[in-house]
Amino acid sequence: MAKITIDGIQIEVPDGTTILNAARMIGPDVAPPTMCYYSKLKTSGGYCRTCLVEVTAGSEKDPRPMPKLVASCRTTVMDGMIVANNTSAKVKDARAGVVEFLLLNHPLDCPVCDQAGECHLQDLSYDHGNYKTRTDFERRTFEKIDIGEKIQLHMTRCILCYRCVKTAEQITDGRVHGVLNRGDHAEISTYIEEAIDNDFSGNVIDVCPVGALTDKTFRFKSRVWFTKPVDANRNCENERCSGKVVLWYQGEEVLRVTGRKDQWGEVEEFICNTCRFDKKQTSDWTIEGPRKINRHSVISANHYMNLVKPKELKLNDIKQITE
Amino acid sequence: MGRKILLEHIDVPGINTYEVYRSKGGYASVEKALKTMSPQEVVEEVKKSGLRGRGGAGFPTGMKWSFLAKPEGVPSYLVCNADESEPGTFKDRYLMEHLPHLLVEGMITSSYALGANTSYIYIRGEYFYLVRILEKAIAEAYANGWLGKNILGTNYSLDLYVHPGAGAYICGEETALLESLEGKRGNPRIKPPFPAIAGLYGCPTVVNNVETIAAVVPIINMTGDEYAKIGIGRSAGTKLISASGHIKKPGVYEIEMGITVEDFIYSDEYCGGILNDKKLKAVVAGGSSVPILPADLILTTANGEKRLMSYESLADGGFATGTMLGSGGFIVMDESTSIVQNLHTFARFYHHESCGQCSPCREGTGWMEKIIHKILKGHGTLEDIDLLWDIQRKIEGNTICPLGDAAAWPVASAIRHFRQEFEDFVKNPSAQREVKYYFHCNNIDTAAAYSSL
Ligand SMILES: Cc1cc2nc3c(=O)[nH]c(=O)nc-3n(C[C@H](O)[C@H](O)[C@H](O)COP(=O)(O)O)c2cc1C
Ligand code: SF4
Repeated sequence: MAKITIDGIQIEVPDGTTILNAARMIGPDVAPPTMCYYSKLKTSGGYCRTCLVEVTAGSEKDPRPMPKLVASCRTTVMDGMIVANNTSAKVKDARAGVVEFLLLNHPLDCPVCDQAGECHLQDLSYDHGNYKTRTDFERRTFEKIDIGEKIQLHMTRCILCYRCVKTAEQITDGRVHGVLNRGDHAEISTYIEEAIDNDFSGNVIDVCPVGALTDKTFRFKSRVWFTKPVDANRNCENERCSGKVVLWYQGEEVLRVTGRKDQWGEVEEFICNTCRFDKKQTSDWTIEGPRKINRHSVISANHYMNLVKPKELKLNDIKQITE
Repeated sequence: MGRKILLEHIDVPGINTYEVYRSKGGYASVEKALKTMSPQEVVEEVKKSGLRGRGGAGFPTGMKWSFLAKPEGVPSYLVCNADESEPGTFKDRYLMEHLPHLLVEGMITSSYALGANTSYIYIRGEYFYLVRILEKAIAEAYANGWLGKNILGTNYSLDLYVHPGAGAYICGEETALLESLEGKRGNPRIKPPFPAIAGLYGCPTVVNNVETIAAVVPIINMTGDEYAKIGIGRSAGTKLISASGHIKKPGVYEIEMGITVEDFIYSDEYCGGILNDKKLKAVVAGGSSVPILPADLILTTANGEKRLMSYESLADGGFATGTMLGSGGFIVMDESTSIVQNLHTFARFYHHESCGQCSPCREGTGWMEKIIHKILKGHGTLEDIDLLWDIQRKIEGNTICPLGDAAAWPVASAIRHFRQEFEDFVKNPSAQREVKYYFHCNNIDTAAAYSSL
């Protein structure tokens, strides 16, 4: 076990835990944001640099600070380590820089993007970004590509987190998915647009933190906050599939099926393409009940559960809040 | 005359062939090491010599070797980094072209020290004419019993392969090199683990520069203690410097570390002074990645001491007033050079070579290039200069591999020392563009260049 202090809060974690996971154990207020790390995928993380933290003391034995900010998702804890995340001005500065870099070539087409409302990049830029852009150069664009019948790749929105590449490598069989080219011309590709034909390929949609990989059966059908998530399951024939999903309803109609995402926006269990794309009737499923969604998420805006009636505010309260 | 160790026999006709090389004492270090020394003793000798990596970072080689993990039943590898792609650096090419057997000999002796039975020379794709030269040398070494099974009748065996890359600067970064050597996309790995623990195919691996490995030969021949006497302080030995730019005698020079920068630029033995006897304006002392320094700071340190060609002296003053020896790519610019124009060339290079894994480098390098281009074209503003500074600051130190830093440092140092020139460009761009000489090669016809090969 190792004792580690993050933003002044101490926790004891098993050896080999990463700083990020230790912070997640403390809670979401302390956990650094992530765009590429995905706990369910091996060797993910390290690329986006949003989870950089400052290590002000390396360990009990060697309390020297680390010279550079480190990627918390790829750095393991040491006994006696002291880490500053939200309390470090350096981290905030670097993180604002990362957001700016990620948005530099991002189209910001949120009004027409299916991911809007559940997009990690939206959340990240809201929390850590600037309100102003400092670039007036033309943004990089790509043609849209269909990978398979059901998935569309909109590379222009991609932030190259490599999650879909790792998914294709680790969840589906056969490596037909990777990255071509270098630098800011790098693009996700299924080697020369060869369709991914695989019963787990749909999971690349769920792991994508932005709207680069979208479900063609759901495209432009609705905004996510107009749909109602419901937990459901079925006895899936595919033994690798858990059959545990979320059905997204509009009225009586199931608009889309996704895996269940946890507090960190990661799917709990991967699901197969049959569950995702072909089972869109309520009768296909055993309904468990409404999916609990964080009250602050825009997705809960149109839901009728957990609704908190706003307290009537008096002038004094408002003053208190704004101060 | 400066002392020559690596290039001692460079002028001997036919030194690139086995017979001539052997007649000049070639392969003596292999004989000495395999017959009279244990691998550990070879490592100790290299430690004593004080040799530091010649690939850019200057990490002590003996120490690196002693970090190599030696788990039971797992092979270890030596990989020679011949990817040499840093703008301004061309010493490895010179060495491999003229003295291929020196590298092969160094590889054998070093592999023996590390207990490697398979070793690789990973060579830059554009150097494919060198692949043939090296392969010929390797074939000659096999034919004469220096490679293969039971070398010199000992129970040490070694196979040596040349592996050309596809031509990417990033494949010079040691972990990207290993990925590429494994047949994958050349993306740098996230460290730790370091190659000494898990390198090629997950096995313990040492990656060393061509010149580093070549230097092992004289170290074993003359002993580490003798080698340590050459040079100055912790900068032991000689260093190959690739001198280019506005000098009378560009080329590769072997220098004993500790000579003054002034001597190197102006003496007839080396660069021979500035072309057309113009005034020196600035020097990039260690390849495009290291900070550029104006004439006064490259000739003397901030304390007024003469600056020497050594790791320590060039770094004196940190990045505020110093630079780095890097890989020894010494680029000299005379008074007619436009710093902004030159910076644009560098920025374009890093933009082109970023692997694209981490966001600051992937996006930041392109952004910096565009802003510098905008300034060059006369559309820049004073805020753009500050923005440029801010971008490089947010890249530096926040990336997976040092390419991000390498892209940031030239920008930072150009603004630090030559801010006025950026402002002049903003205020009066047309006057600035009349500057005649700059390191700019916009019009290379790549298709034609390739078809002529
Ligand atoms: C972007 C980048 C490019 C590099 N290119 C080279 C190169 O072309 N040749 C080289 O020897 N080292 C290069 N290096 C340094 C290597 O990573 C490594 O430090 C070196 O090969 C170690 O050898 P040494 O200890 O003998 O210097 C590069 C490093 C980076 C970050
Ligand atoms: S710093 Fe640049 S070259 Fe290095 S890993 Fe990151 S993106 Fe790739």
